[in-house]
Amino acid sequence: MSGAYNFAYLDEQTKRMLRRAILKAVAIPGYQVPFASRDMPLPYGWGTGGIQVTAAVLGQDDVLKVIDQGADDTANAVSIRAFFAKTARVATTERTAEATVIQTRHRIPERRLHAGQILVYQVPIPEPLRFLEPRERETRRMHGLADYGAMHVKLYEDVARMGRITTSFAYPVKVAGRYVMDPSPIPKFDNPKLHDCPALQLFGAGREKRVYAIPPHTTVESLDFEDHPFEVQRWDRPCGLCGSTESYLDEVVTDDRGGRLFCCSDTDFCRERRDSNRMDEGR
Amino acid sequence: MSAHDLPLLEVRDLAKSYGGLQALKPTEFDLWPGEVLAIVGESGSGKTTLLSCLTGHVPADGGSVRFRSSEGAAVDLLQMAEAERRLLARTEFGFVHQNPRDGLRLNISAGGNIGERLMAAGWRHFGRIRAEALAWLDRVEIDRSRIDDLPRGFSGGMQQRLQIARNLVTRPRLVLMDEPTGGLDVSVQARLLDLLRRLVAELDLAVVIVTHDLAVARLLSHRMLVMRRGQVVEHGLTDRVLDDPQHPYSQLLVSSILAA
Repeated sequence: MSGAYNFAYLDEQTKRMLRRAILKAVAIPGYQVPFASRDMPLPYGWGTGGIQVTAAVLGQDDVLKVIDQGADDTANAVSIRAFFAKTARVATTERTAEATVIQTRHRIPERRLHAGQILVYQVPIPEPLRFLEPRERETRRMHGLADYGAMHVKLYEDVARMGRITTSFAYPVKVAGRYVMDPSPIPKFDNPKLHDCPALQLFGAGREKRVYAIPPHTTVESLDFEDHPFEVQRWDRPCGLCGSTESYLDEVVTDDRGGRLFCCSDTDFCRERRDSNRMDEGR
Repeated sequence: MSAHDLPLLEVRDLAKSYGGLQALKPTEFDLWPGEVLAIVGESGSGKTTLLSCLTGHVPADGGSVRFRSSEGAAVDLLQMAEAERRLLARTEFGFVHQNPRDGLRLNISAGGNIGERLMAAGWRHFGRIRAEALAWLDRVEIDRSRIDDLPRGFSGGMQQRLQIARNLVTRPRLVLMDEPTGGLDVSVQARLLDLLRRLVAELDLAVVIVTHDLAVARLLSHRMLVMRRGQVVEHGLTDRVLDDPQHPYSQLLVSSILAA
């Protein structure tokens, strides 16, 4: 079976085309580079962009981790991990610290990434201006001319209606002081982690046929108002499993009588903390 | 010599063809600060083409449009890089479309529509943007309580007034208007004209207004150009042109006004 596929599923010419696009994206941080997106053996919206970028950067010695909403054990994460385990025979892991390539949907791991790691995002809509301007030609021109005044209109609408900036995911950022970028639907809780990150961050949108990138240690600012500064979500309770007060929490309904549990969405981070808690108790 | 002694806009040999059709024959005129110039003529006479060439929405075939920016230097709008032209268009120009739906963002609240140009000009303080939006709603006689409503729920006259507020909020020095009263009923037109007249005087605006309605031209403009088949056939002070038209076409135009 494995002989039927090229390494990491895509043929070498396709990976070469993708790598060229990725190199260009790295050279122009935040700029959306078009690429010839291929049909993948999974539907659009399930990570076809991310999976192509991963295929293009994956080497035989890489260790792959795949997360979906922070979790390693959800359907999307499990099948993409199995896909590369089968087609590239690379080692896989659930541990953030051990991975060299991490493909993610909707989260950045809580543990600070280190130099040499690559974080690959799955992106549904790469264009941050789409909400304001439906014409692709026009949005490209706006990016080209750094004509970004309209971007704040979206935030203005939030504050006017709700009294605060209610955009809580896909929160627009300015990369390296130039391009305004949609960081994919990560919660704005993760936006500060984009800034000055030691790892390379790559974004792939399969249906929209765009890749973009944030090179290591790049300035990434979240857009805001002087009197309504950017802030992240806070919870009034710690994680119900590991007790963390600084991670992004999911609300899990546990029964049909109103019982609910707040726990870390990053399963690896939570497991690591529980392990060390247990060791502390055992001592 | 003060800024008022120099023309704000100098148009020379501006021309535009669409294929074999010369929509605009070489045209020239000057516009001084604080002056309202009406361009009248029947449909297809090249009025809108002239306006579009002035803004750069449509690339002109030749000629020059020199604009004296607030720093005092004259720049040729046709030779300018697009980035600079957009910056000027955001700060020193306004453009009022005939159909307010072309000039407004209908899925954005009235306040957001007014604030957009301020934010584009670098305003980053929500409270101040909102205060300015409220002040402008007052000036264009829209109730303050409508600030968070979407313009699609506004009447035609209100939409047009909102479009005017959205354009004037950055205090442009030149406003181009394409049939601003078209499609409005007579009483709403009258109110809008009153409003425009007041704002033009208050803000010392220079305006180029394209209209086929001679009454609008009479009320608002100081000078007027009469166009026919892509050519300016007559130009002069509005009262002079309307009371004593020289060119046969102008005479026809003036005589075709229905006496009320």
